[in-house]
Amino acid sequence: MSATAGRPIKFYQVGSHAAGNRLLDPELRSVAADPQRSNSITKGHRACQGCGEALGARYALDAAMRATGGQLIAANATGCLEVFSTPYPESSWQMPWLHSLFGNAPAVATGIAAALKAKGRSDVRVVGQGGDGGTVDIGLACLSGMFERNDDVLYICYDNEAYMNTGVQRSGSTPPAARTMTTQAVGSEPGNAFGQGKNLPLIAMAHEIPYVATATVAELRDLEAKVERAMGMRGARYLHVLVTCPLGWSCQAADTIKVARLAKESGLFPVFEATDGVLSGVSKIRRRRPVEEYLRLQGRYRHLFEPTRREDVLTRVQALADRNIERFGLV
Amino acid sequence: MEKPFAITLEVGSSLANKTGAWRDQRPVYVDRLPPCNAGCPAGENIQQWLYHAEAGDYEAAWRQIMQDNPLPAVMGRVCYHPCTAVCNRAELDEAVGINSVERFLGDEAIRRGWKPAPPAERSGKRVLIIGAGPSGLSAAYHLTRLGHDVVIRDAGPLPGGMMRFGIPAYRLPREVLDAEIRRILELGVVLECDRKVTDILRAMSDGFDAAFLAVGAHIGRRAYIPAGEAAHILDAVSLLRSMEDGEKPMLGRRVVVYGGGNTAMDAARTAKRLGASDAIVVYRRNRERMPAHDFEVQEALEEGVVMKWLSTIKSAGEGSLVLEKMQLDDTGFPQPTGELEQLAADSVVLALGQEADLSLLDGVPGLEIEDGMVKVGPNMMTGHPGIFAGGDMVPAERTVTVGVGHGKKAARHIDAWLRGTGREAAPKHEPASFQGLNTWYFSDAPKTVVPRLDAIRRQSTFAEVQLGLDEGNALFEARRCLSCGNCFECDNCYGLCPDNAVIKLATGERYAIDYDYCKGCGICAEECPCGAIAMEPEPS
Repeated sequence: MSATAGRPIKFYQVGSHAAGNRLLDPELRSVAADPQRSNSITKGHRACQGCGEALGARYALDAAMRATGGQLIAANATGCLEVFSTPYPESSWQMPWLHSLFGNAPAVATGIAAALKAKGRSDVRVVGQGGDGGTVDIGLACLSGMFERNDDVLYICYDNEAYMNTGVQRSGSTPPAARTMTTQAVGSEPGNAFGQGKNLPLIAMAHEIPYVATATVAELRDLEAKVERAMGMRGARYLHVLVTCPLGWSCQAADTIKVARLAKESGLFPVFEATDGVLSGVSKIRRRRPVEEYLRLQGRYRHLFEPTRREDVLTRVQALADRNIERFGLV
Repeated sequence: MEKPFAITLEVGSSLANKTGAWRDQRPVYVDRLPPCNAGCPAGENIQQWLYHAEAGDYEAAWRQIMQDNPLPAVMGRVCYHPCTAVCNRAELDEAVGINSVERFLGDEAIRRGWKPAPPAERSGKRVLIIGAGPSGLSAAYHLTRLGHDVVIRDAGPLPGGMMRFGIPAYRLPREVLDAEIRRILELGVVLECDRKVTDILRAMSDGFDAAFLAVGAHIGRRAYIPAGEAAHILDAVSLLRSMEDGEKPMLGRRVVVYGGGNTAMDAARTAKRLGASDAIVVYRRNRERMPAHDFEVQEALEEGVVMKWLSTIKSAGEGSLVLEKMQLDDTGFPQPTGELEQLAADSVVLALGQEADLSLLDGVPGLEIEDGMVKVGPNMMTGHPGIFAGGDMVPAERTVTVGVGHGKKAARHIDAWLRGTGREAAPKHEPASFQGLNTWYFSDAPKTVVPRLDAIRRQSTFAEVQLGLDEGNALFEARRCLSCGNCFECDNCYGLCPDNAVIKLATGERYAIDYDYCKGCGICAEECPCGAIAMEPEPS
């Protein structure tokens, strides 16, 4: 089992963790460090300050653009990413991009792939993408169908763990204890309930599609490597990227990367990949941290610390992280 | 243009939307003062020369050192590296081995014959320097490069001062010292050895416009010890000096060194190498309060030197000493206990500090002497206009590095004084703290262990104890630098901006912020590994 999809560790001044380095062979620098990167989403978009989704989408699509030599079409579900990038008549997209409905992005992507096949254009590749609402809840049926038929699409979910665009309502991806507008911090079990919600990467693995991976916006190199690997394959592929939402999570805009990093380092968000339905690699935790450090940075968990500290709830959240660590072998 | 059904406007780019208007704070690239630079008594721009060394450009790195210090190979060996003591990397794993990289660069320069840039245009001014130690040589180098004619006069037979007559060869091989001094003299510095100056004003009247005094402190301090006639007592300075220019002293089998400083360690280790079966350091306080540097104590212990803490010498007789045990009081001062013991000793070496011979300054108007040291102002000038002083003869820590720093500082002020211009020091940057770094981005990489000579060989020869790095591990060590407070172009700000508002400039030119689009989220500042981006309130 490979430790991670990232590139081999090669010692240079800052290790391989930063985006690039003046001394690093250009081949070993990240796509994001490339002055010629395609900037699939250009500036002027209306995402909030410190938006993790805008960043995650640029990382993923720029890596896919490089992997395909710019021969790429994206189908986008309704959601923040679509809204902030295309307030009519402006568009931030510097690649062929289309939006249809909230729930049908996987089906639209399937259709594009089918049309390209009919035209014999095997060089042009297709990406479907959406937020967790459009993917985990509303578009799940279309996505499951896309997986089942093994359509030649990479579907990327940018998971910010709630319906942020419409005002922070709970989704099937909202974590336990998190406060949203529809899971208020009241009662004996404040915030979102434990034991509910869907783990879409595992659902995707159950379809035994060629490639499933998770990533976070904090690990640029890992994310880029996974996109590159996915674009080297044919058939249905699924990438699930955790993206911080400073607005919905009530965290500092500057902490977007830090919070996503802690999600992984605490064990709450396991970063792994699976081939043909079988776990084939995990990104190990480098500096393990208690979940509290992650939760403390976010206002959506403030009720676990104020007015009284909810040790019982914290223990349950920590148990979730510990279970992930054991289940995926994260340390 | 015919538009599709229900379309009334052209599709435009979001570039029309200047999101910079959202901002209430803005990122600004800054340069901060790294602790190594702040801690260097010679004022080296350490981080900058490591920056060149990281790229494998050793000559540029060496030239950067030479801006401040003409003796890198010496310094890489004998400096007590205060830079390493304050290195931020120590909080991550281990401090960067700055001095070992400096030594590598110094040795590389000697091996490859790199020469400093030729002096600037001649000023026609003449400066007399008294003393060819680290301070005098440093001043001579800098003054020559600034265009002045320099004559050094030294009382000793060879240049180097304490570097030659105080520091044992196992710490500083003489061929290294000679090579670096030769390079300074080749710039056109006139050196007159065996020429003790006894009257500074008379010496200056021979056409000199200014003088720099750097006579050092060569007189071993004595302590009153009741001693029988047969007792063999000498001082550490004379012992170390005689290793260079005299007959090797007969110390006997059992040698006691009295004192707890670096000179005491040097004397004890030298005695061991001269064949003493026992070299015993007697010191009145304990190890924690010993002024000697830790690594010197450690190396001495490895070589078989024995320490006797909390003891003073009460009296000395033939073949033996009487020691009195001490006890530290609440203030840490040693108090006698009355408890006595005998210690067999063939000779006693006193290492109780040194004093300067200031007789050449008798009758100089305005010049002040206090506690046996010359008083100087912030510009290194004594009370007598045109006479400057530095090194061990002025109040400061007495090390080669401090001496080199004094020489540089004095040279710059002498230059300003000769030209009649003022000299304003550039304002210092804010310090770069460990807390300002984002250490996530640095690889875990422990320090390279510098090889050392086998302990058994160290007991009998004067071969160099600390060995050097080779190119591979010097490069590794240089790359462990965290570049605290100064951009080293890792591309994080460029890569991690959600608004594509960081512009990557050409290599070496760093980056710029596109304030038309920067929303002021602060991710770039938070994720900058070296803390080189500050968030400032948006000007209203």
